[in-house]
Amino acid sequence: MPDAAVPPAGDALLEVRDLTVSFRTRRGLVTAVDGLSFSLGRRDVLGIVGESGSGKSVSMMSLLKLIRDPNARIEGEARFEGRDLIAMRDKEIRALRGREIAMIFQDPMTAMTPVYTVGWQIAEQIRTHESVGRRAAHERAIQLLDEVGIPDPGRRVNDYPHEFSGGMRQRAVIAMALANNPSLLIADEPTTALDVTTQAQILALMRRLRVDHGSSIILITHDMGVVFDIADNVLVMYAGRAAEQGPKHDVFHRPRHPYTWGLLSSVPRPRAERVSRLPTIPGSPPSPLSIAPGCPFAPRCRLRHDKCDERPELAGGIVHVDACWLPRDRRQELRRSLIEKAVSEGDPGDLSEPTDSLSGSDSAR
Amino acid sequence: MLTFIGRRTAAAVLVLFTISVLVFLIFFATPGVDPAARIAGRNADPATLAQVRHEFGLDRPIPIRYGLMMQHLFIARDLSSFVNRGDLVIPQILHAAPVTLSLVIGAAIIWMVLAFLMGTASAAKRGTAFDPVIMLVGVVGVSIPAYWLGEVVNLFTQSRWHSGIFSWVPPLGYVPLSTNPAQWALHLLFPWLTLAALYAGIYARVLRGEILEALNEDYVRTARAKGLTERRIMVRHALRCSLIPVVSLFGLDFGALVGGSALLTEVVFGLPGVGKLTIDSLQNLDLPVIMGCVMYAAFFVVLANAVVDVLYAALDPRARRA
Repeated sequence: MPDAAVPPAGDALLEVRDLTVSFRTRRGLVTAVDGLSFSLGRRDVLGIVGESGSGKSVSMMSLLKLIRDPNARIEGEARFEGRDLIAMRDKEIRALRGREIAMIFQDPMTAMTPVYTVGWQIAEQIRTHESVGRRAAHERAIQLLDEVGIPDPGRRVNDYPHEFSGGMRQRAVIAMALANNPSLLIADEPTTALDVTTQAQILALMRRLRVDHGSSIILITHDMGVVFDIADNVLVMYAGRAAEQGPKHDVFHRPRHPYTWGLLSSVPRPRAERVSRLPTIPGSPPSPLSIAPGCPFAPRCRLRHDKCDERPELAGGIVHVDACWLPRDRRQELRRSLIEKAVSEGDPGDLSEPTDSLSGSDSAR
Repeated sequence: MLTFIGRRTAAAVLVLFTISVLVFLIFFATPGVDPAARIAGRNADPATLAQVRHEFGLDRPIPIRYGLMMQHLFIARDLSSFVNRGDLVIPQILHAAPVTLSLVIGAAIIWMVLAFLMGTASAAKRGTAFDPVIMLVGVVGVSIPAYWLGEVVNLFTQSRWHSGIFSWVPPLGYVPLSTNPAQWALHLLFPWLTLAALYAGIYARVLRGEILEALNEDYVRTARAKGLTERRIMVRHALRCSLIPVVSLFGLDFGALVGGSALLTEVVFGLPGVGKLTIDSLQNLDLPVIMGCVMYAAFFVVLANAVVDVLYAALDPRARRA
């Protein structure tokens, strides 16, 4: 029952169905995002997690048509306030970008044009979508900088990006993204390039903005801690597909997919039993050119069995779903046994081959 | 910004001083070369040599000689040619400079406009047939030697079709801007185009490369996510940042051209500019004129570089602190 993946759409702000992004390359068709579906309510925060290359960024960029590669093919449906983003013409989507849907990117160091002042760039954002005067836009820029916690905004507004620190630049980028009060903010790893203290400040800022501006947020990250901090719902992606999705508490307290287990146990927990090394997920994500036809995670899964040659669909509930063939009633038991094994053997890295299922070629990569 | 300009000017003055010392040393203090013999001409008698030596202060210590030379060159401005006695150096250069400046400035405007149009269009139309065609035109322009292109242009405008479509083209030569602006422009039109053809292609290429690189930058992605039009992204963001390296290239080329590198074009079109003056004085080994020309050239190269640095700082806020 694949439809269970999408909770009934009431007043969902964004409703993505079967989003598929593929690229024609010299070595064949590469599918970066494969049949992704999710829905996002108003004022909701959705955390999308997964390793690098799992298709998190590509899927979000494709929603805004920010993928410029002429060889890219985007299929599916993404209804934003009832209108399909994928079917929109360039001009229509441009009117949405920055006004209805704002996006911020990972590296604040290079996100702003180096030759203009921060205030100029925020004012540019405002004036692109609203007819306000230069001075009014400048005043708004100062207000916005103040709101995101830039000290002395009246003076700093005339600074160039290189005169800001990394954390300040990310704040400025967020201020710019919020300039037109977008109903959706897509943040692509907004804290990854920042140090831990700054990270916490930026997250606190985003939490506050969600309340003040009433925006929904999609947060792309590979950091489970960040998701736990801020998200309402979690979407775990692996190799371009959804591995598990559901409300945060379900996914964190009763994770069902072995990949989610791996992600969760690789977060250090100060109060948990001591292990000498943090558990890892053996191997690395598959290249998009060679994703297994069955379950894409199977080559790295410790609980792989015959059924995994077939592709699992998202199933298992109304809101909390996963794509795995393991019996759902025994999942917690299986997970516990894996953890116990890891702790007793003291070297979780060696856990990579509990069965003989790992193919040499994949783990060697 | 003002401090920056001040510091940059001071540095330029220092560089000019150094160049003048070096040039002086090379021409008048090279061991084994007796400038007096050069000045007095071949087979001069010892009395003449001694007189020349005294007249030019060649029997004084080197620093004093340098001072005397600079005094003649810049303050009294009475340094005269060794070959054509009585021809003062400075007026010759002052006479030739406007010709070269007219030629180079006009050509520079044309080639920069062309380069902007070609480079931007080519970067914007990347992936279509338009892009390689423009770049090919650019390469052809770069590859054609100035003297050849100039001669071909002259062949058509001055003789073959002169009675037909090119009957409006005036004879070769130069008319000062102050005398008759229309004739000035008309006389310089083909020299401008010829010189511009050489540079437009290179600049278009450089600009195209820079724009394409800039279009891959994160800030362009941000600009797109802001909802800006492609045109605005191209002009206000990508092109604006691509200007920085183009400006520094331009400064070097412009300085060198004004300093005499436009020689071939000047000669082909019969323009009595600095390049022509330099080559003539070199052929006669006319040391004061050579030195005057070198100093003039150095002045423009250094000036152009200083202007470029100031422009650079105006274009790129990151450079202002340096």
